[in-house]
Amino acid sequence: MEVKNLTKNFAGLAAVSNVSLHVKEGEILAIVGPNGAGKSVLFGLISGLLRPTSGVIHLQGEEITGLKPHRIAQKGIARTFQTTALFDQLRVVDNLAIGYRLRTQGGFWNTLLHTRLWKEDKDRTTAKVMEALSFIGLAGKAFHFVSTLSQAEQKRLSIGVALISQPKMILLDEPTGGLILEDTDEITGLIRKIHKVAGITVCLIEHKMRMVMDLADRMVVLNFGSVIAEGTPEEISNNPEVIEAYLGGESIA
Amino acid sequence: MATVQFLRQRWFYVLLLILALVLPWSITNRYHFQIVIMGCLFSIATLSMNLILGYTGQASLAHAGFFGIGAYGVALLTKGGLSFWLALPLSALLAAAIGFLIGLPTLRSRGSYFAISTMCFGVIISIVAGNWIDFTGGYNGIVGIPLPNPLSIPLIGDLGFQTQAGQYYLVLAFLFLTLLIMHRLVNSLLGLSFMAIRNNEVLAGSVGINTFAGKILSFVVANFFAGLAGGIYASLMGTISPSTASLELTFNWLIFLLLGGAATLAGPIIGAFVIPVIMEYLQFLAEYRLIIFGALLIVVIIYFPRGLMGGFTTLQQRVRGLYTQRRG
Repeated sequence: MEVKNLTKNFAGLAAVSNVSLHVKEGEILAIVGPNGAGKSVLFGLISGLLRPTSGVIHLQGEEITGLKPHRIAQKGIARTFQTTALFDQLRVVDNLAIGYRLRTQGGFWNTLLHTRLWKEDKDRTTAKVMEALSFIGLAGKAFHFVSTLSQAEQKRLSIGVALISQPKMILLDEPTGGLILEDTDEITGLIRKIHKVAGITVCLIEHKMRMVMDLADRMVVLNFGSVIAEGTPEEISNNPEVIEAYLGGESIA
Repeated sequence: MATVQFLRQRWFYVLLLILALVLPWSITNRYHFQIVIMGCLFSIATLSMNLILGYTGQASLAHAGFFGIGAYGVALLTKGGLSFWLALPLSALLAAAIGFLIGLPTLRSRGSYFAISTMCFGVIISIVAGNWIDFTGGYNGIVGIPLPNPLSIPLIGDLGFQTQAGQYYLVLAFLFLTLLIMHRLVNSLLGLSFMAIRNNEVLAGSVGINTFAGKILSFVVANFFAGLAGGIYASLMGTISPSTASLELTFNWLIFLLLGGAATLAGPIIGAFVIPVIMEYLQFLAEYRLIIFGALLIVVIIYFPRGLMGGFTTLQQRVRGLYTQRRG
């Protein structure tokens, strides 16, 4: 995925200004930066929730700038939200089935007449949901309501909902935000699995530096809406500008 | 637990069906029979309201407007000489088509704004019905709407609708049709995507659901069945007036739906049968009944957001939770 000169102004204030970045297929890219640096806005622009003021976004050579969120999801970019977003009135299996909905076709008439296509979709969805349940380690809670899950389980489920549609790339907005250390390790393991086993490109926003350094192939640092550094974790941790902006002069590792 | 399992058994539904079929033999009072027929008819209206409001989470207050469109459609078409059996689907399709056109602008608004804009549309329909005198007969309404033409069924012979029993079977058949279609819609991926829109529209969009198309579909189907119910109503009553499309009717169904249980299939039917009976018993309170229902509505929305049916399921889950806790 390629982002070129992306800018988003809110009432004249640039939340993201002239950002260009490139996510290589099959890598884990971490986007870091202090609060208010524009990381989440950047995700909003990529996933179609916000329309950029200027700039273009390409996915595998195809322009996707300004498409509606559901069109972007259909193109193969899935995302999670900073405050864990789930369908909390529904069960775990329902959440996953909704996540797989874009890979099924069963519209109104097929549903009404229970056509063969509808049955195939239904069976395929059930199989995919079972697969996803064991992938995210929630098989034992399949029929529980979301509201009864722990914070860590909800985080895993939200990743599962994004993952089940077999996207090309997944955007994770603070996947371990608000979790204790053990749970963080669990999520890190899951992200590695998404990357290695499922072969999906991962782009994540994260605050926990040690975790990011460990996990990411490359890092992009944002500050005041602009990219101030880009490189491998070692390069970033030795970049004086980053240390200055992000950590206020302290060393990272 | 035994009762819960009993409710889940298939033969429980078969029993319910048999009871519904033999009902005409057990009712002798014409007035009571009329209440049952209206209960079935309003069940169709409430079930369809449930699709857009209960499952998709969009509070449409234009429901009686679409009921009215179906009613005026059947009235005018059958008085013009068309068979009821053609006029009914045409009128329901008209309600669905107008629903589509109204949905295009109104479904872009959310929450209370959608409720207000659809409410305005409902009021407009009733004003048009009252003032387009050449076409709708104004506030005098339309009288002398013919009953449905008799159906000739092989082996059984002609099935007429002059008797209350005949009318009852007619509305019962349409109630089952509505129930079957609603059952198939909500117990499917499509139904799940409606519930996803209700629960979290932003997330639904992010996981690839075209939320606007989903809302339009739900609205159009709901209005089709509102129009269908209205069409049957016109033919069975024989007279209609602008009050057939009144806001009061919408709010009645809203009470049936919320007290019976939104986003359940049994709730709207229970509401449509039980609430009118309660209303009947509270007749001596006159308009003060509305205060009781208003207060009841607030209590239900706060403590049983899914109405009687939802309250029952929650209770059942709690009991089961206690049961398993004690065992574990």
